[in-house]
Amino acid sequence: METSRRNFLKAGGACLLGLSLWPAVRVLAGDGPDVKADAGALKGKRWGLVIDMRKCWPQYQQGCRDCMLACRREHNIPVIDNKDEEVKWLWTEPYKNAFPEQEHAYTPAAIADKPFLVACNHCDNPPCVRVCPTKATFKRPDGIVTMDYHRCLGCRYCMAACPYGARSFNFQDPRPFIKEENLDYPTREKGVVEKCNFCAERLDKGQQPACVEACRVGALIFGDLDDPNSEVRKILAERNTIRRKPELGTHPSIYYLV
Amino acid sequence: MRDSRYIITGLIVFVVLLTFPLWSNAGKAASPPQPNLDTPAIQNLEQKQCVEATEYMRADHMQLLEDWRNQVVREGKRIYVAANGKEYEMSLENSCFECHSSKTQFCDQCHNYLDVEPDCWTCHLEPKEP
Repeated sequence: METSRRNFLKAGGACLLGLSLWPAVRVLAGDGPDVKADAGALKGKRWGLVIDMRKCWPQYQQGCRDCMLACRREHNIPVIDNKDEEVKWLWTEPYKNAFPEQEHAYTPAAIADKPFLVACNHCDNPPCVRVCPTKATFKRPDGIVTMDYHRCLGCRYCMAACPYGARSFNFQDPRPFIKEENLDYPTREKGVVEKCNFCAERLDKGQQPACVEACRVGALIFGDLDDPNSEVRKILAERNTIRRKPELGTHPSIYYLV
Repeated sequence: MRDSRYIITGLIVFVVLLTFPLWSNAGKAASPPQPNLDTPAIQNLEQKQCVEATEYMRADHMQLLEDWRNQVVREGKRIYVAANGKEYEMSLENSCFECHSSKTQFCDQCHNYLDVEPDCWTCHLEPKEP
C-alpha cells in the first residue's frame, strides 16, 4: 500500500492527539477508589457559635478555663509566654479591644471591665481568604474558614488582613512548647500561621467542637446559622446579640450575648 | 598541535575525576533496606494487607497520601473505600500509624536508602516507639 507523505503525517498527528488525551480520559472514566464523608458527620451550611458571656463570667472569675484548655489539648497548641510570639486559637480580650467601635464613655462597668472570649470569627466574607496567595486559607462549603498547613508559606498576609487578630505565626518550632501531646492531631511547624478551625476534624466525625463540649455551663452554643430550627437561630431570634466589628462587612459567625 | 601533552593529560585527569563515583563503587552493592513490619497491630490482623496492594503502596504511597490530604482538608471527606470495599479513616495518625507504629523501621529505612527527605514529621507526630 502506498502512503503519501501527507497521509503519513496526518496519521501521526492523530496518534499524538490520542496519546495526549489518554490521561484525561482515564481521569474522567474515574473507576478508582472511592472517598466519602463519615456517615455521622455533622452537616451544616454555615456553622456559627453563640457565646453567652453572662453564663461564662461567674465561672471565669472562679478560674474556669476549660474551653481554652480543651482547645489547647485537642490541637496541640504551644504555650509561649512571650506576648510577641504566643499562639492563640481561643483566648480573652477586654471589652474595649473586642468591641472597639461599640465602647463609649458610659459603658456599664459590668461589661467594660469583663473579659470576652474571642477566636476566629469564621467570617462569611473572610479577608484572610482573599489575600492568601497560595489558597492555604480557604472557606469550606459549611462556612468554616480553615487552613491547609501544607500550603502555608508563612507570608502572613492573612494576619495583616484579619481585623480580629485571630491568627498566630509560629516564629519558632512549637514542639517544645506543647504541654500534652495529642497524638491524634498534628502539630504545626516553624514558619506557618495557625488559627481556630471550629474543630472541623471533630465535626467531620459527628462531634461538637472541643470548647463547646468542655464548657460546664453551656455558655457556648454551636449550630447551623442557615437552619431556622437550629438552637443558635432560636437564640438569635429571641435575644439581642452583638458581633465583633460588624462595620467591616466581614459578617462574623460568632455572636455574643452580653 | 601545540601543548598537546598538557591538553591530553588534563583531559585524562578530567575523565578520571568525572567517572570517580562509578569505578570507586563498582562491585559494591549497597544493601537494600529490609524493614521489619512486625508490629503488634499487624500481628493481630487476620489478613496482612494494607489499604491497597503492597506493590501499589510501595510505589505510590506518596500519591495516595497526597490525595488523602486533599480530600480530608479541602473536601472534609475522611473515609477511604479501598479497592476491596473495606473502609479506612484517611489519617496518618489514626490509620497508618496504627499498624506501622515504628517510624525507624517502616519509614526511615527506605527513605534513607533512597535519600529522600519527606517533611511529614515537622508537623505529624510520629508514634511513640516502645
